[in-house]
Amino acid sequence: MFLLGAALLHAGTTGLYLRYVKAGLQPLLLASGVVLIAAAAATAWYERRAAKAAGAAEPATAEAQAHSHPEPRISWLLLLPLLSLILVAPPALGSYSALRAGTALQKPYGYGRLPGANPAPLSVVDYASRAAYDHGRSLHGRPVRVTGFLALDHSGAPYLVRMALNCCAADAQPVKIALTGTLPPVLRPDAWLEVTGTYTPKLTHDPVNNGPIPYLKVTSARPVPTPHDPYDETWNN
Amino acid sequence: MAITEDAPPGPAERTAPAPPSGAVAREREGRGLSSPLLLTLVLLLAVLAQSPLRGALGTPLMQSWMTVFVAVTVQALPFLVLGVLLSAAIAVFVPPSFFARALPNRPALAVPVAGLAGAVLPGCECASVPVAGALVRRGVTPAAALAFLLSAPAINPIVLTATAVAFPRDPEMVLARFLASLLVACAMGWLWQRLGRTDWLRPPAHGAHEGATRGEAFWNSVRHDTMHAGGFLVLGAMAAATLKAAVPATWLRTAADQPLLSVLALAVLAVLLSICSEADAFVAASLTQFSLTAKLVFLVVGPMIDLKLFAMQAGTFGRGFALRFAPATFALAVGGAVLTGAVLL
Repeated sequence: MFLLGAALLHAGTTGLYLRYVKAGLQPLLLASGVVLIAAAAATAWYERRAAKAAGAAEPATAEAQAHSHPEPRISWLLLLPLLSLILVAPPALGSYSALRAGTALQKPYGYGRLPGANPAPLSVVDYASRAAYDHGRSLHGRPVRVTGFLALDHSGAPYLVRMALNCCAADAQPVKIALTGTLPPVLRPDAWLEVTGTYTPKLTHDPVNNGPIPYLKVTSARPVPTPHDPYDETWNN
Repeated sequence: MAITEDAPPGPAERTAPAPPSGAVAREREGRGLSSPLLLTLVLLLAVLAQSPLRGALGTPLMQSWMTVFVAVTVQALPFLVLGVLLSAAIAVFVPPSFFARALPNRPALAVPVAGLAGAVLPGCECASVPVAGALVRRGVTPAAALAFLLSAPAINPIVLTATAVAFPRDPEMVLARFLASLLVACAMGWLWQRLGRTDWLRPPAHGAHEGATRGEAFWNSVRHDTMHAGGFLVLGAMAAATLKAAVPATWLRTAADQPLLSVLALAVLAVLLSICSEADAFVAASLTQFSLTAKLVFLVVGPMIDLKLFAMQAGTFGRGFALRFAPATFALAVGGAVLTGAVLL
């Protein structure tokens, strides 16, 4: 139990939690970690006191033993997530899950102004909604820069994907952009890329749920390290 | 048993988690090993077996399974702890007479009052199970406690706000969700009052806290509930992760074309996915091929009964109860949601 609390604290303070849940949950995670540790400490303290009392009055030992009822057997299952969190620390969802789920693109309320920099840095969701629902009008033909991870479908066509997340990885949904133009010769799934390119009116549909997938004409791409928060939490919030 | 049926992992994975259950049984009989010692042993073993474990878990299927599994657990734990704290506070600091005064005497009236009271608990379904368990132990009519259990995760302000955000173009969805959930919760409460038998309910074997100080009783209750409900939460998370990682989404497309089938498909999906009720509205909104009524069914069924909840209910109230309660809830929830959808949407 102490371990569980400590593991939660560890995940909460190191940013590991961003692989699994949204950033807003951090204070809750930390608080529950503290509560669990406090409960473990309280248990230890009371057991110590009971043991002391038992030492003072010898015959009470049996009674004290009977009183400290053992943990239910089911609680051993708590070890599983603990072990996987400490030892394996599974990675954030990648291309495998992305290709199994349909793109979750939805028509936005409106389009904000493009960032001033050139090329304009946009999120995957932002570019995809501008391209799919606004026919690229709000892009004014300017080059854009998008960051996401690569996914290759069974025919080898490359997609740039970012998982969008509302609560935790269980409800993460991909938003996809199909890539054309000049691509690096070797494409490795799950590799994070920063892609610079321009709008192209080409549009395809996701075979999974028929959602729109816009294309991006790539002019250059360079590999980047996995961002601090691998999920996109900007939308829906 | 869930360990073996869940995943096709390598032999290394299977041997690592296996020792606990067997070893615990042995410990019970011949109390040679204490549980802290055993815990240390298992952890040491896991550290030693780390590299073969990593190899077995390297495939993308296993990786996404693990990620979803850990995510569901990590996401639900804070809410579970909140619910456990609240239930411990109810069990220790609130006298039973308080509920006798707060709730109407006639059970038939107490049910809707308790259902509405569910709107106050700001959490998702993991928090409501321990709280409802504490209510039953505190002498609240089971029918009222069950209405609370079902309504709390669905109609609290956080969830309704999330629903409004997820369906910007259909504001009536929020009203429909509120009404349908309340309706089903009350119907289940009344049904229990009619047909329910107390011997189906196995109240958790909490020792009466006589002789212990209030502080000790409080922390004992917290520890016991966390370990107990937490174990079942893990079980549910494993099942949900299996489905998320292994069932192809294309099945849904074929189901979406027929209205009757689509309602049933989303109801089953809600049970299987076990999404937190604060997030399920967004998932429902993304199921664009389905009708609004089908989505409403998804939103009403999900917080009331899913794999994770079933496991937790079985742990808190007993298996016999969960086996009867779950199908009845499922049928009533689908019916209530379709009815509300037909009237409102």
